[in-house]
Amino acid sequence: MNAAPPQPAIEVSHLVKSYAGVLAVNDITFSVPRGEIIGFLGPNGAGKSTTMRILTGYLPATSGAVSICGHPVASEPDVVKRCVGYMPENNPLPDEMRVSEYLYFRGRLKEVPRRKLGERIDEVLELCDLKRVRHKIIGKLSKGFRQRVGIAEAVLAEPPVIIMDEPTIGLDPHQILIVRDLIASLRGRMTVLISSHILPEIEMTCNRVLIINQGRIVAQGTPAELRREVLGQSAYEVEAAGAMGALPFLLASIDPGLSVASEGPMDGQGFRTIKLKALNPEDAGEGILRACLSEGLRVRALSRAHPTLEDVFLAATRRSWDAVAEDTPKTHAP
Amino acid sequence: MRHFFTILSHEVRMLLVSPATYIAGSAFLAFVGFIFTALLEDYSKAPQDLSPAAVFFLYYWFPVIFMVPLLTMKCLAEERRLGTLETLLTTPVTTAEVVLGKYAAAYLLYLAFWLSTAGYFVILRRFAGDAHLIDPGPIVGGYVFIAVSGLLFVAIGVFSSSLSRNQAVAGMICVTMLVALILGGEYLYHASWLDRESLAQLKAAVDYGHIAQHRQDFTRGIVDMRELLFYVSGTVLALIFSILAVEAKLLHS
Repeated sequence: MNAAPPQPAIEVSHLVKSYAGVLAVNDITFSVPRGEIIGFLGPNGAGKSTTMRILTGYLPATSGAVSICGHPVASEPDVVKRCVGYMPENNPLPDEMRVSEYLYFRGRLKEVPRRKLGERIDEVLELCDLKRVRHKIIGKLSKGFRQRVGIAEAVLAEPPVIIMDEPTIGLDPHQILIVRDLIASLRGRMTVLISSHILPEIEMTCNRVLIINQGRIVAQGTPAELRREVLGQSAYEVEAAGAMGALPFLLASIDPGLSVASEGPMDGQGFRTIKLKALNPEDAGEGILRACLSEGLRVRALSRAHPTLEDVFLAATRRSWDAVAEDTPKTHAP
Repeated sequence: MRHFFTILSHEVRMLLVSPATYIAGSAFLAFVGFIFTALLEDYSKAPQDLSPAAVFFLYYWFPVIFMVPLLTMKCLAEERRLGTLETLLTTPVTTAEVVLGKYAAAYLLYLAFWLSTAGYFVILRRFAGDAHLIDPGPIVGGYVFIAVSGLLFVAIGVFSSSLSRNQAVAGMICVTMLVALILGGEYLYHASWLDRESLAQLKAAVDYGHIAQHRQDFTRGIVDMRELLFYVSGTVLALIFSILAVEAKLLHS
């Protein structure tokens, strides 16, 4: 019996939060189905942490509705707190406790039955590869271990929803890999919402990405959808030598959406890099190659550029800044 | 309230494993011991009217003004500064449980420190060989007074700690409030300008809150319900304000 419950794990509608007149979160709406890992992207001060804190019930929202597993956060904060494992930004931990003591204390607070707690602590220590340091004092652990203690604590009570604010900040690439695998291992069992600056990371672990800027969602979808939606086109790069004069017409004859975006300088061997833009998502590589050869160009390389999530992120946030700049009325006093 | 005991036992545990507790305890005992020795020297010089216990509790406010801020300034300010208050309040724990748990731990430590001063009387009894120096009435009354007034003093300390994320600021607020309450009350009690007819009501309030008078009554064996009520209601008020302060800071953070 695996009937999916009808309500999504996280549902946010028209969420607004303002601090002393400054809008931190401005009308955000999204929902996350159960078992998904969702990435929350945005520049500093975009409202990521604020949104996460509201989701945990720690901060009250100014307006809008948030519900976790069908329970509204505003009216049932106690139920919501039992459904959420939260790791705040910078992962604050008490420095003077031992790892196992800390987990025991947190387990008691999270109402894990005393009888099961020891077993459960062993499980999360194993999961997060913390067995070696279980009797160490937290203040003396390295950053990577501290971060994993934070994650272990978040998953300790097996909550259906896990919210982690920048779980990989300040880790080295090897530790990032471990943390990423750890998060990926939760897929399907728990709904995970993570925020991050590190884009490849989000791309690899998350089913879906939300890009937020200045308190608004500027793009959302799977990484592939985002590339299509935000960039809206694919790009090609040709390295060729010869007379380029007729190339634009030739390209237009293959596909009217195809045009030359830029031409690079000529290198020592007479080759130059030409960037092409295609509006059509289908692969036009073969046509381009044929066109170039028929024109008598010597082609050294042809590649289809894969926009990274980074490009999407930059494009999406730039787009939203442009939109905001247009919105803002010009109030320059004479 | 099921998390109250989890937090209390956690706090007590952290106090017991922390070297700072033992250093503070030793400093407290040395300080109070100094007062006690100075007092006994007076007794060795000339016979006195009051028993040593009654005189000893006369100076209760001196250690209180130093110790209470040091014991309590950390409790909420530190949690907020480190951000662990956020992790604490995102578990199914209410703000009231957190504040009360921390308050109870600080109060237990305060009591433990004061109870350890009972050792002085044991030593005195052992070495003085003079039974009339040890009058159990004022000793018991004095400790009951310390326990009852400590409820309010520690609650004031917890309240100060809830106001700031800086421990030093919290400590200063606490010292100021304790001085205002203990010494300010003493000053107002003796202020002649309050004797006017038109200020009679104010005078009555000042008399009611005169802590030195309460101490005197307790050491004489008078336990007045009104005085108990003064400390209990003050404690409840200070704790409610602490809970509100923690929650208000979340709303306006």
